[in-house]
Amino acid sequence: MTLTDEVRADPVRPAGFGPMGWLRWAWRLLTSMRTALILLFLFALASVPGSLYPQRSISPEKVAQYFKDSPGLAAWLDRLWLFDVFTSPWFAATYLLLFISLAGCVIPRANAHLRELRRTPPAAPRNLSRLPQHATFAAPGATVEVLAARLRKKRFRVVTGPGWVAAEKGYLRETGNLLFHGALLALLVAVAAGGLYGYRGNVLLVEGNGFANTVAAYDRYIPGQRVPAESLEPFSFTLEDFQATYVATGERRGQPLDFSARLKVADRPGAPERPYDLRVNEPLDVDGTQTYLIGHGYAPTFKILDGKGQVAFEGAVPCLTADQATYTSECVIKAPDAEPDQLGFLVRFLPTTVRAQDGSYLSVFPGAANPTAQVFAFSGDLGLRSGKPQSVYQLDTKNLKPLVMGVNTKPLGVGETLPLPGGAGSIQLTGVREWISLQIAYDPGRVPALLAAGLSVLGLVLSLTVRRRRIWVRLKEGQDGAPAEVEVGGLTRTEGGAGFTEEFSQIVTALRGPEAGETASRQGVKDAH
Amino acid sequence: MPTDVNFGLATLSDQLILATVLLYVLAMIGYALDLGFGRVQAAAPARELVTAGGGTPVAEAGDVQTPGARADGSGTGADDAVGVPPAVRQPPAWAARAATIAVALSSLGWATNLGALIARGVSAGRWPWGNMYEFVVAICFAAVTAFLVMQARQPVRFLGAFVSVAAALGLGFAVRYLHVQAGPVVPALNSYWIAIHVTAAIFASGLFIVAGVAGILFLTRGDGPSRLPGREELERVAHRAIVIAFPIWTFAVIAGALWADKAWGRYWGWDPKEVWAFITWVAYAAYLHARATAGWRGRAAVIVQLIAFGCLLFNLIGVNIFLSGLHSYAQVP
Ligand code: HEM
Repeated sequence: MTLTDEVRADPVRPAGFGPMGWLRWAWRLLTSMRTALILLFLFALASVPGSLYPQRSISPEKVAQYFKDSPGLAAWLDRLWLFDVFTSPWFAATYLLLFISLAGCVIPRANAHLRELRRTPPAAPRNLSRLPQHATFAAPGATVEVLAARLRKKRFRVVTGPGWVAAEKGYLRETGNLLFHGALLALLVAVAAGGLYGYRGNVLLVEGNGFANTVAAYDRYIPGQRVPAESLEPFSFTLEDFQATYVATGERRGQPLDFSARLKVADRPGAPERPYDLRVNEPLDVDGTQTYLIGHGYAPTFKILDGKGQVAFEGAVPCLTADQATYTSECVIKAPDAEPDQLGFLVRFLPTTVRAQDGSYLSVFPGAANPTAQVFAFSGDLGLRSGKPQSVYQLDTKNLKPLVMGVNTKPLGVGETLPLPGGAGSIQLTGVREWISLQIAYDPGRVPALLAAGLSVLGLVLSLTVRRRRIWVRLKEGQDGAPAEVEVGGLTRTEGGAGFTEEFSQIVTALRGPEAGETASRQGVKDAH
Repeated sequence: MPTDVNFGLATLSDQLILATVLLYVLAMIGYALDLGFGRVQAAAPARELVTAGGGTPVAEAGDVQTPGARADGSGTGADDAVGVPPAVRQPPAWAARAATIAVALSSLGWATNLGALIARGVSAGRWPWGNMYEFVVAICFAAVTAFLVMQARQPVRFLGAFVSVAAALGLGFAVRYLHVQAGPVVPALNSYWIAIHVTAAIFASGLFIVAGVAGILFLTRGDGPSRLPGREELERVAHRAIVIAFPIWTFAVIAGALWADKAWGRYWGWDPKEVWAFITWVAYAAYLHARATAGWRGRAAVIVQLIAFGCLLFNLIGVNIFLSGLHSYAQVP
């Protein structure tokens, strides 16, 4: 890439070397620039399947679907880690190799470059006219010192000898190149450190409820290998209110416009609470731990009385959103304390209810303009005592006795009560609240990663735009009082050397000094292209 | 957050796009006539024009004094068809005029394209690149911008016919298959980052398209005599565009990561768009590297460049339409 770069010879296979020879050969091979390139290519190629197959870390439900649709194929794909590409051993292997290769490549190059920086430009070659750029002009009274000063003014590094000047500039190119590769290394380190020393987790929070940042409070918690549970930033907050705004009319009716969650945040236990308006692009930041608003839904509140007239359930029920366009939601209520029989409910929550022509009810808008709940009630043993873990979002109705099943009966409005048949109790829709889902993440690698990325761009721009070039000037004494003649040669080996012709002619003009006329300066330039 | 859409302006925008397609097609015809019958622009002396007209940032310095640059005379494309020493075979006079008219038509098309973007943005009260339709319209605009700027400084008018065709096809595709009514964006896009991240992606893509066009011409043009400039020249044009586009693309990806850190709770998560942005980046990096260090030239380098271009197009079309992810804002109808 630079003039003096020794071109690294292809590592030739050592014939009859001992194990050390083979090791050295392998190391050379691994740390050659070409291998680094191929590994970078492989790294990119390795990420392709991650975009084509559903990934567990991103959409586990799609992976489950894949298993259901084609179990045989899925099992094979899974054996090859194709559902966990970015945590698979073979993916790790490519980037570890890349890492080693980059390190092995950058460190010796940096040393060579440091030596290069201290070295002076090499002396002028014998025959300047052989160089790609060459010019001669007559310069009465020119001296080596004057010519050297003119080159210095053009920010060249200059050495002089008897009757010659050698100058070089563009060292920033290799500096940029090294910066770029070094920064890529730093980026890999930062990403890895973020994974090891950071954590992330999800929680669902209903309006009116609070969250304190402890491992137990998470619905899902994924720590890095090096995160002790006590190290979590001890903040807490309460969700006071959540507002979603939607387009109300027109072709885009129902499209969300804005989500805003009003929080009361305590940065530390006992710290005064401060209000915070959590929005999609405005996460809450408490000392580097970020809280993001990533989803929302409805949590209607119910009051359920059992056959004996006692309250068997009272409170908010977070529902899963079945349809993003209308926010038709599905909820499950389990009342294991109901007597004489346990009660279970499946509820379809319709935020903006209308009656369709066929007599069924449906939601037509995501906002809660006319919220109702369609109730399907069951009684019997909910199976909670069997000890098998159950999802709160699912009700196994196999062994239950259906009580209310009407799809076309008018759904419950807010404040309305549905008595269950046979004196089994009643259910009342008491109100509508909303829930938000949050992602809380701590990633100590994110700022270093950003810095590394920024430096890599800087390095890249330098290495792409700076050109390494050398200029030699030789002063020939004029015989018998004739004016001295100056010979200039120039060289660049960098891509984009095209523009060098132009720069060279400017350098020649500068060398001629202010006294030389413009027209004269043109004549002397011999373009060797 | 503005929710009202000015439908008058939105309709104006749609009409301006149709006008733009028409203008690009007409410009294409003009460029083609010039290419077929006009003065062969990049004949032997012109090779030097390119070297002298230097577009690399280092060589940007003002007054140019090499002999090559003097021969160039004007360097402003629009009028250099006039007042140039006669070529071997005198082209018909109308052919020279065709070139001037073509440049005028594509400049006019550029203006209506810009007008369409502005009208669209004002009608919805936001940046006009919030879905795939708007994005493709903006990329076509960027490609034509890149071409017009380049042809004003270097003799690359031969690209005109092909860039115009690409832009007209792109716009036609957008109008036919991607058009959605102007309107507000979802909350995730309601951020100043859209101005940074997407704008950078657009301009990088525009330049990559110009480079891609030059690369395809390289492959279709044989080594023999042709009305197109030599292969070396085609390669140089492509390389120059990529040298400028690549840092912009890098910046766009980093800005995307910064935005993702605000919007999605992580700066990198191997979402399909992220994967392909990365692959595209690696492919272009490989191209630059192969040229700079390994000294690749000619066919091999062009093929690497076109593979990278394929990744770019797949990211734009394939990922938006076939793969779903967090980045699915494209609203493909
Ligand atoms: C690491 C993160 C990201 C990367 C690597 C990335 C990459 C890209 C790329 C390569 C494009 C260009 C073109 C194309 O479609 O071919 C693009 C366009 C776009 N990006 Fe991103 N992006 C990221 C994050 C984001 C975020 C967080 C948002 C918004 C919340 C966003 C919104 C957009 C939009 C609106 C476009 C316009 C085109 C479209 O609708 O597809 N990006 N991004």
